[in-house]
Amino acid sequence: MRGQLLGDHRPGTTWLHRLPAGTKLLGLLVVGIVVVAVRGPVSALGFLALALGLVAWSGMGIRLALAALRGILLVAALLAAWQAWQHGWGRAVEAVGDLLALVLLATVLTVTTPVDEVLDVITRVLQPLRRLGVNPEAVALAFSLAVRAIPTTIAIADETRDAALARGLERDPRARLTPLVIRVVAHARATGDALQARGIGDDER
Amino acid sequence: MSTVRFEAVTVTAPTLDGDVLILDRTDLTLTEPRIALIGANGSGKSTLARLVNGLVTATTGRVLVDGLDVAQEGREVRRRVGFVFTDPAAQLVMPTVLEDVALSLRRTHRDKAVRRTAALAMLAEFGLEELAARSVHSLSGGQRQLLALAGVLATGPDVLVADEPTTLLDLANSRRIGDLLLGLAQQLVLVTHDLELAARCDRVLVVDQGRVVHDGPAAGAVAHYRSTA
Repeated sequence: MRGQLLGDHRPGTTWLHRLPAGTKLLGLLVVGIVVVAVRGPVSALGFLALALGLVAWSGMGIRLALAALRGILLVAALLAAWQAWQHGWGRAVEAVGDLLALVLLATVLTVTTPVDEVLDVITRVLQPLRRLGVNPEAVALAFSLAVRAIPTTIAIADETRDAALARGLERDPRARLTPLVIRVVAHARATGDALQARGIGDDER
Repeated sequence: MSTVRFEAVTVTAPTLDGDVLILDRTDLTLTEPRIALIGANGSGKSTLARLVNGLVTATTGRVLVDGLDVAQEGREVRRRVGFVFTDPAAQLVMPTVLEDVALSLRRTHRDKAVRRTAALAMLAEFGLEELAARSVHSLSGGQRQLLALAGVLATGPDVLVADEPTTLLDLANSRRIGDLLLGLAQQLVLVTHDLELAARCDRVLVVDQGRVVHDGPAAGAVAHYRSTA
Protein backbone atom coordinates (compact mmCIF):
# COMPACT_ATOMS: atom_id res chain seq x y z
CA MET A 1 0.00 0.00 0.00
CA ARG A 2 2.95 2.33 0.46
CA GLY A 3 4.01 4.85 -2.11
CA GLN A 4 0.92 4.61 -4.25
CA LEU A 5 -0.22 8.26 -4.30
CA LEU A 6 -1.79 8.82 -7.73
CA GLY A 7 -1.41 5.10 -8.43
CA ASP A 8 0.14 3.29 -11.38
CA HIS A 9 -1.59 2.31 -14.57
CA ARG A 10 -3.86 -0.74 -14.24
CA PRO A 11 -4.96 -2.18 -17.58
CA GLY A 12 -8.70 -2.57 -17.94
CA THR A 13 -11.60 -2.50 -20.35
CA THR A 14 -13.87 0.13 -18.78
CA TRP A 15 -15.07 3.14 -20.74
CA LEU A 16 -12.63 5.25 -18.75
CA HIS A 17 -9.75 3.03 -19.89
CA ARG A 18 -10.81 3.36 -23.52
CA LEU A 19 -11.25 7.14 -23.42
CA PRO A 20 -8.35 8.93 -25.19
CA ALA A 21 -5.66 10.26 -22.84
CA GLY A 22 -6.07 13.78 -24.22
CA THR A 23 -9.79 13.80 -23.42
CA LYS A 24 -9.12 12.62 -19.89
CA LEU A 25 -6.41 15.24 -19.33
CA LEU A 26 -8.68 17.98 -20.65
CA GLY A 27 -11.53 16.69 -18.51
CA LEU A 28 -9.34 16.71 -15.41
CA LEU A 29 -8.26 20.27 -16.19
CA VAL A 30 -11.85 21.49 -16.62
CA VAL A 31 -13.16 19.63 -13.56
CA GLY A 32 -10.19 20.91 -11.54
CA ILE A 33 -11.05 24.51 -12.43
CA VAL A 34 -14.74 23.93 -11.64
CA VAL A 35 -13.93 22.28 -8.30
CA VAL A 36 -11.83 25.26 -7.26
CA ALA A 37 -14.23 27.88 -8.68
CA VAL A 38 -17.50 26.54 -7.24
CA ARG A 39 -17.62 27.38 -3.53
CA GLY A 40 -19.44 25.80 -0.62
CA PRO A 41 -19.43 22.56 1.37
CA VAL A 42 -22.39 21.02 -0.46
CA SER A 43 -20.72 21.32 -3.87
CA ALA A 44 -17.45 19.99 -2.39
CA LEU A 45 -19.26 16.90 -1.13
CA GLY A 46 -20.88 16.58 -4.54
CA PHE A 47 -17.48 16.65 -6.28
CA LEU A 48 -16.19 14.09 -3.80
CA ALA A 49 -19.18 11.85 -4.58
CA LEU A 50 -18.49 12.29 -8.31
CA ALA A 51 -14.85 11.32 -7.80
CA LEU A 52 -15.86 8.27 -5.76
CA GLY A 53 -18.28 7.31 -8.52
CA LEU A 54 -15.48 7.46 -11.10
CA VAL A 55 -13.23 5.46 -8.76
CA ALA A 56 -15.86 2.74 -8.64
CA TRP A 57 -16.44 2.93 -12.40
CA SER A 58 -12.72 2.66 -13.17
CA GLY A 59 -12.56 -0.63 -11.28
CA MET A 60 -9.48 0.49 -9.36
CA GLY A 61 -10.92 -0.75 -6.08
CA ILE A 62 -11.26 0.78 -2.66
CA ARG A 63 -7.79 -0.41 -1.53
CA LEU A 64 -6.05 1.59 -4.23
CA ALA A 65 -8.26 4.61 -3.59
CA LEU A 66 -7.41 4.52 0.10
CA ALA A 67 -3.73 4.07 -0.73
CA ALA A 68 -3.92 7.15 -2.95
CA LEU A 69 -5.46 9.20 -0.15
CA ARG A 70 -3.14 7.87 2.54
CA GLY A 71 -0.33 10.16 1.48
CA ILE A 72 -2.37 13.33 1.98
CA LEU A 73 -4.45 12.39 5.01
CA LEU A 74 -2.16 14.29 7.38
CA VAL A 75 -2.28 17.36 5.15
CA ALA A 76 -6.07 17.05 4.90
CA ALA A 77 -6.43 16.76 8.69
CA LEU A 78 -4.23 19.82 9.29
CA LEU A 79 -6.09 21.75 6.61
CA ALA A 80 -9.46 20.81 8.11
CA ALA A 81 -8.35 21.84 11.61
CA TRP A 82 -6.97 25.17 10.38
CA GLN A 83 -10.02 26.01 8.28
CA ALA A 84 -12.44 24.97 11.03
CA TRP A 85 -10.55 27.16 13.54
CA GLN A 86 -10.27 30.15 11.21
CA HIS A 87 -13.48 30.02 9.18
CA GLY A 88 -15.78 27.36 10.59
CA TRP A 89 -16.73 23.82 9.63
CA GLY A 90 -18.29 24.79 6.32
CA ARG A 91 -14.96 25.99 4.91
CA ALA A 92 -13.18 22.97 6.40
CA VAL A 93 -15.54 20.56 4.60
CA GLU A 94 -15.17 22.54 1.38
CA ALA A 95 -11.37 22.62 1.44
CA VAL A 96 -10.89 18.97 2.38
CA GLY A 97 -13.67 17.77 0.09
CA ASP A 98 -12.15 19.61 -2.87
CA LEU A 99 -8.67 18.30 -2.06
CA LEU A 100 -9.75 14.67 -1.75
CA ALA A 101 -11.89 14.90 -4.90
CA LEU A 102 -8.99 16.28 -6.95
CA VAL A 103 -6.56 13.62 -5.71
CA LEU A 104 -9.05 10.86 -6.48
CA LEU A 105 -9.78 12.27 -9.95
CA ALA A 106 -6.04 12.48 -10.70
CA THR A 107 -5.65 8.91 -9.47
CA VAL A 108 -8.44 7.74 -11.77
CA LEU A 109 -6.55 9.36 -14.65
CA THR A 110 -3.22 7.70 -13.83
CA VAL A 111 -4.78 4.31 -13.10
CA THR A 112 -6.73 4.21 -16.38
CA THR A 113 -4.09 5.80 -18.64
CA PRO A 114 -0.60 4.51 -19.53
CA VAL A 115 2.06 7.16 -18.85
CA ASP A 116 3.30 6.64 -22.38
CA GLU A 117 -0.02 7.97 -23.74
CA VAL A 118 0.08 10.97 -21.40
CA LEU A 119 3.60 11.76 -22.63
CA ASP A 120 2.41 11.62 -26.22
CA VAL A 121 -0.47 14.02 -25.48
CA ILE A 122 1.78 16.51 -23.67
CA THR A 123 4.33 16.34 -26.47
CA ARG A 124 1.60 16.93 -29.07
CA VAL A 125 -0.07 19.78 -27.18
CA LEU A 126 3.22 21.59 -26.66
CA GLN A 127 4.38 21.31 -30.28
CA PRO A 128 3.26 24.89 -31.16
CA LEU A 129 5.49 26.20 -28.37
CA ARG A 130 8.58 24.72 -30.01
CA ARG A 131 9.07 27.92 -32.01
CA LEU A 132 9.25 29.79 -28.70
CA GLY A 133 12.11 27.58 -27.55
CA VAL A 134 10.02 25.10 -25.54
CA ASN A 135 11.11 21.48 -26.01
CA PRO A 136 7.92 19.34 -25.83
CA GLU A 137 9.77 16.03 -25.36
CA ALA A 138 11.78 17.41 -22.46
CA VAL A 139 8.65 18.83 -20.80
CA ALA A 140 6.83 15.50 -21.22
CA LEU A 141 9.77 13.63 -19.72
CA ALA A 142 9.91 16.06 -16.79
CA PHE A 143 6.18 15.54 -16.23
CA SER A 144 6.52 11.76 -16.12
CA LEU A 145 9.50 11.97 -13.77
CA ALA A 146 7.54 14.26 -11.46
CA VAL A 147 4.67 11.75 -11.32
CA ARG A 148 7.15 8.92 -10.70
CA ALA A 149 8.90 10.95 -7.98
CA ILE A 150 5.78 11.23 -5.80
CA PRO A 151 5.53 7.57 -4.73
CA THR A 152 9.32 7.32 -4.50
CA THR A 153 9.50 10.30 -2.16
CA ILE A 154 6.70 8.89 0.00
CA ALA A 155 8.51 5.54 0.18
CA ILE A 156 11.73 7.29 1.22
CA ALA A 157 9.81 9.28 3.86
CA ASP A 158 8.33 6.04 5.22
CA GLU A 159 11.76 4.40 5.41
CA THR A 160 13.28 7.48 7.05
CA ARG A 161 10.48 7.53 9.64
CA ASP A 162 11.03 3.81 10.37
CA ALA A 163 14.78 4.38 10.73
CA ALA A 164 14.15 7.24 13.20
CA LEU A 165 11.71 5.05 15.13
CA ALA A 166 14.24 2.21 15.28
CA ARG A 167 16.77 4.57 16.87
CA GLY A 168 14.23 6.03 19.30
CA LEU A 169 14.42 9.41 17.55
CA GLU A 170 10.83 9.64 16.37
CA ARG A 171 10.35 13.04 18.06
CA ASP A 172 13.54 14.52 16.62
CA PRO A 173 12.67 16.42 13.39
CA ARG A 174 16.35 16.41 12.34
CA ALA A 175 16.43 12.61 12.43
CA ARG A 176 13.51 12.52 10.01
CA LEU A 177 14.02 15.54 7.80
CA THR A 178 17.80 15.52 7.25
CA PRO A 179 18.05 11.97 5.88
CA LEU A 180 14.85 12.50 3.91
CA VAL A 181 16.24 15.56 2.12
CA ILE A 182 19.63 13.92 1.54
CA ARG A 183 18.07 10.71 0.18
CA VAL A 184 15.62 12.54 -2.08
CA VAL A 185 18.45 14.62 -3.54
CA ALA A 186 20.60 11.48 -3.91
CA HIS A 187 17.72 9.71 -5.65
CA ALA A 188 17.27 12.67 -8.00
CA ARG A 189 20.98 12.51 -8.87
CA ALA A 190 20.84 8.75 -9.37
CA THR A 191 17.82 9.18 -11.63
CA GLY A 192 19.73 11.78 -13.61
CA ASP A 193 22.65 9.37 -13.97
CA ALA A 194 20.27 6.60 -15.06
CA LEU A 195 18.64 8.81 -17.68
CA GLN A 196 22.03 9.92 -18.96
CA ALA A 197 23.29 6.34 -19.05
CA ARG A 198 20.25 5.27 -21.10
CA GLY A 199 20.72 8.19 -23.46
CA ILE A 200 17.25 9.49 -22.53
CA GLY A 201 17.10 13.22 -23.00
CA ASP A 202 20.07 13.31 -25.37
CA ASP A 203 17.73 13.84 -28.30
CA GLU A 204 15.71 16.43 -26.40
CA ARG A 205 18.66 18.81 -26.02
CA MET B 1 33.95 -6.16 -30.41
CA SER B 2 34.31 -2.48 -29.67
CA THR B 3 37.56 -0.85 -28.59
CA VAL B 4 37.57 1.24 -25.43
CA ARG B 5 40.72 3.28 -24.95
CA PHE B 6 41.84 5.21 -21.89
CA GLU B 7 44.58 7.69 -22.76
CA ALA B 8 46.41 9.15 -19.77
CA VAL B 9 43.14 9.43 -17.86
CA THR B 10 43.17 11.04 -14.44
CA VAL B 11 40.12 11.77 -12.29
CA THR B 12 40.18 14.05 -9.29
CA ALA B 13 37.34 15.26 -7.07
CA PRO B 14 37.28 18.64 -5.32
CA THR B 15 36.94 18.61 -1.53
CA LEU B 16 37.22 21.29 1.17
CA ASP B 17 40.81 20.13 1.72
CA GLY B 18 41.72 20.30 -1.97
CA ASP B 19 41.49 17.87 -4.85
CA VAL B 20 41.43 14.16 -4.08
CA LEU B 21 42.85 11.72 -6.61
CA ILE B 22 40.23 9.12 -7.60
CA LEU B 23 41.96 7.60 -10.60
CA ASP B 24 45.66 8.01 -11.29
CA ARG B 25 47.02 8.36 -14.81
CA THR B 26 45.62 5.32 -16.59
CA ASP B 27 46.32 3.99 -20.08
CA LEU B 28 44.25 1.03 -21.21
CA THR B 29 42.87 -0.56 -24.35
CA LEU B 30 39.89 -2.86 -23.82
CA THR B 31 38.95 -5.13 -26.72
CA GLU B 32 38.07 -8.44 -25.06
CA PRO B 33 34.43 -9.62 -24.97
CA ARG B 34 34.30 -10.03 -21.16
CA ILE B 35 36.30 -7.68 -18.96
CA ALA B 36 36.01 -7.58 -15.18
CA LEU B 37 37.13 -4.84 -12.81
CA ILE B 38 37.74 -6.01 -9.26
CA GLY B 39 39.09 -4.30 -6.17
CA ALA B 40 38.18 -2.99 -2.75
CA ASN B 41 35.40 -0.49 -2.09
CA GLY B 42 36.61 2.99 -3.00
CA SER B 43 39.47 1.67 -5.13
CA GLY B 44 38.32 3.54 -8.24
CA LYS B 45 36.87 0.66 -10.26
CA SER B 46 33.39 2.20 -10.52
CA THR B 47 34.93 5.49 -11.61
CA LEU B 48 36.85 3.62 -14.29
CA ALA B 49 33.59 2.01 -15.49
CA ARG B 50 31.59 5.26 -15.39
CA LEU B 51 34.17 6.97 -17.58
CA VAL B 52 33.21 4.66 -20.44
CA ASN B 53 29.87 6.34 -21.10
CA GLY B 54 30.50 9.74 -19.62
CA LEU B 55 28.83 9.43 -16.23
CA VAL B 56 32.22 10.55 -14.91
CA THR B 57 34.35 12.98 -16.87
CA ALA B 58 38.12 12.63 -17.02
CA THR B 59 39.95 15.51 -15.33
CA THR B 60 42.84 15.01 -17.72
CA GLY B 61 43.32 12.65 -20.64
CA ARG B 62 40.51 11.18 -22.69
CA VAL B 63 38.38 8.07 -23.12
CA LEU B 64 37.54 6.80 -26.60
CA VAL B 65 34.90 4.26 -27.60
CA ASP B 66 35.50 3.04 -31.13
CA GLY B 67 37.40 6.25 -31.74
CA LEU B 68 34.65 8.50 -30.37
CA ASP B 69 35.76 10.84 -27.59
CA VAL B 70 33.33 10.36 -24.70
CA ALA B 71 33.71 13.99 -23.60
CA GLN B 72 33.10 15.40 -27.08
CA GLU B 73 30.61 12.92 -28.53
CA GLY B 74 28.77 11.73 -25.47
CA ARG B 75 25.42 11.34 -27.21
CA GLU B 76 26.81 8.99 -29.85
CA VAL B 77 28.85 7.10 -27.25
CA ARG B 78 25.80 6.54 -25.06
CA ARG B 79 24.01 5.00 -28.02
CA ARG B 80 26.79 2.45 -28.13
CA VAL B 81 27.39 1.96 -24.43
CA GLY B 82 24.68 0.79 -22.05
CA PHE B 83 25.02 1.01 -18.29
CA VAL B 84 23.51 -1.12 -15.53
CA PHE B 85 23.68 0.21 -11.98
CA THR B 86 24.06 -1.62 -8.67
CA ASP B 87 20.63 -0.52 -7.47
CA PRO B 88 18.05 -0.99 -10.24
CA ALA B 89 15.51 1.07 -8.27
CA ALA B 90 17.35 4.21 -9.32
CA GLN B 91 17.41 3.08 -12.92
CA LEU B 92 13.71 2.34 -13.30
CA VAL B 93 12.10 5.70 -13.97
CA MET B 94 8.63 4.82 -15.24
CA PRO B 95 5.68 3.54 -13.19
CA THR B 96 5.17 0.16 -14.85
CA VAL B 97 7.39 -2.56 -16.30
CA LEU B 98 6.20 -2.11 -19.90
CA GLU B 99 6.42 1.69 -19.78
CA ASP B 100 9.98 1.58 -18.51
CA VAL B 101 11.21 -0.54 -21.41
CA ALA B 102 9.09 1.53 -23.82
CA LEU B 103 10.85 4.67 -22.58
CA SER B 104 14.16 3.27 -23.82
CA LEU B 105 12.59 2.75 -27.22
CA ARG B 106 11.13 6.24 -27.68
CA ARG B 107 14.18 7.35 -29.63
CA THR B 108 14.16 4.46 -32.09
CA HIS B 109 10.43 3.63 -32.29
CA ARG B 110 8.34 6.76 -32.81
CA ASP B 111 5.12 4.86 -33.44
CA LYS B 112 3.41 4.01 -30.17
CA ALA B 113 1.99 0.63 -31.25
CA VAL B 114 5.32 -0.49 -32.72
CA ARG B 115 7.10 0.69 -29.58
CA ARG B 116 4.73 -1.27 -27.38
CA THR B 117 5.20 -4.43 -29.45
CA ALA B 118 8.98 -4.05 -29.33
CA ALA B 119 8.90 -3.47 -25.58
CA LEU B 120 6.76 -6.58 -25.04
CA ALA B 121 9.16 -8.60 -27.19
CA MET B 122 12.07 -7.35 -25.09
CA LEU B 123 10.26 -8.30 -21.90
CA ALA B 124 9.55 -11.75 -23.33
CA GLU B 125 13.28 -12.26 -23.95
CA PHE B 126 13.85 -11.77 -20.24
CA GLY B 127 10.83 -13.76 -19.09
CA LEU B 128 9.12 -10.61 -17.83
CA GLU B 129 6.18 -10.39 -20.23
CA GLU B 130 3.65 -11.47 -17.60
CA LEU B 131 4.79 -8.57 -15.40
CA ALA B 132 4.28 -5.97 -18.14
CA ALA B 133 1.46 -4.16 -16.35
CA ARG B 134 2.98 -4.44 -12.88
CA SER B 135 4.29 -1.47 -10.95
CA VAL B 136 8.09 -1.38 -10.78
CA HIS B 137 7.63 -0.88 -7.03
CA SER B 138 6.14 -4.35 -6.67
CA LEU B 139 9.01 -6.27 -8.30
CA SER B 140 11.55 -8.38 -6.42
CA GLY B 141 15.21 -7.38 -6.50
CA GLY B 142 16.02 -9.96 -9.15
CA GLN B 143 13.09 -8.90 -11.32
CA ARG B 144 14.09 -5.24 -11.00
CA GLN B 145 17.64 -5.99 -12.10
CA LEU B 146 16.34 -8.05 -15.02
CA LEU B 147 14.06 -5.17 -16.00
CA ALA B 148 16.91 -2.66 -15.72
CA LEU B 149 18.96 -4.90 -17.99
CA ALA B 150 16.08 -5.24 -20.46
CA GLY B 151 15.64 -1.46 -20.50
CA VAL B 152 19.30 -0.93 -21.32
CA LEU B 153 19.59 -3.70 -23.90
CA ALA B 154 16.44 -2.44 -25.64
CA THR B 155 18.51 0.45 -26.94
CA GLY B 156 20.82 -2.02 -28.74
CA PRO B 157 24.20 -1.05 -27.28
CA ASP B 158 27.48 -2.54 -28.50
CA VAL B 159 29.04 -2.37 -25.06
CA LEU B 160 27.40 -3.00 -21.70
CA VAL B 161 28.96 -1.61 -18.53
CA ALA B 162 27.58 -3.21 -15.37
CA ASP B 163 28.52 -1.68 -12.01
CA GLU B 164 28.17 -4.39 -9.36
CA PRO B 165 24.88 -5.64 -10.81
CA THR B 166 24.66 -8.64 -8.46
CA THR B 167 25.67 -7.01 -5.18
CA LEU B 168 22.10 -6.49 -3.90
CA LEU B 169 20.80 -9.87 -5.07
CA ASP B 170 20.38 -13.21 -3.33
CA LEU B 171 22.45 -16.18 -4.46
CA ALA B 172 19.97 -17.56 -7.00
CA ASN B 173 19.30 -14.18 -8.63
CA SER B 174 22.99 -13.32 -8.51
CA ARG B 175 23.80 -16.46 -10.48
CA ARG B 176 20.94 -15.86 -12.88
CA ILE B 177 21.98 -12.27 -13.65
CA GLY B 178 25.64 -13.27 -13.80
CA ASP B 179 24.96 -16.06 -16.30
CA LEU B 180 22.80 -13.74 -18.35
CA LEU B 181 25.45 -11.01 -18.48
CA LEU B 182 28.22 -13.41 -19.46
CA GLY B 183 26.00 -14.88 -22.18
CA LEU B 184 25.25 -11.58 -23.89
CA ALA B 185 26.44 -10.82 -27.39
CA GLN B 186 27.55 -7.35 -26.29
CA GLN B 187 31.02 -6.57 -25.04
CA LEU B 188 30.83 -6.56 -21.24
CA VAL B 189 32.72 -4.38 -18.77
CA LEU B 190 31.78 -5.77 -15.38
CA VAL B 191 32.57 -4.20 -12.01
CA THR B 192 32.13 -6.89 -9.39
CA HIS B 193 33.04 -8.22 -5.97
CA ASP B 194 31.98 -11.69 -7.10
CA LEU B 195 35.30 -13.35 -7.81
CA GLU B 196 33.63 -16.46 -9.27
CA LEU B 197 31.97 -14.22 -11.84
CA ALA B 198 35.20 -12.33 -12.51
CA ALA B 199 37.03 -15.64 -12.99
CA ARG B 200 34.75 -16.40 -15.95
CA CYS B 201 35.82 -13.24 -17.82
CA ASP B 202 38.48 -13.04 -20.54
CA ARG B 203 40.44 -10.29 -18.85
CA VAL B 204 40.46 -9.02 -15.29
CA LEU B 205 41.81 -5.72 -14.02
CA VAL B 206 42.59 -5.31 -10.33
CA VAL B 207 42.15 -1.73 -9.17
CA ASP B 208 43.67 -0.44 -5.96
CA GLN B 209 43.85 3.14 -4.69
CA GLY B 210 43.07 4.61 -8.10
CA ARG B 211 45.53 2.47 -10.05
CA VAL B 212 45.27 -0.67 -12.14
CA VAL B 213 47.73 -2.85 -10.23
CA HIS B 214 47.18 -6.08 -12.15
CA ASP B 215 45.86 -6.69 -15.64
CA GLY B 216 45.65 -10.05 -17.32
CA PRO B 217 43.86 -13.38 -17.62
CA ALA B 218 41.26 -14.09 -14.94
CA ALA B 219 43.05 -16.80 -12.98
CA GLY B 220 46.18 -14.74 -12.33
CA ALA B 221 44.29 -11.52 -11.59
CA VAL B 222 41.87 -13.11 -9.14
CA ALA B 223 44.77 -14.89 -7.42
CA HIS B 224 46.62 -11.56 -7.20
CA TYR B 225 43.59 -9.87 -5.65
CA ARG B 226 43.06 -12.69 -3.16
CA SER B 227 46.70 -12.47 -2.08
CA THR B 228 46.55 -8.73 -1.49
CA ALA B 229 43.01 -8.22 -0.15
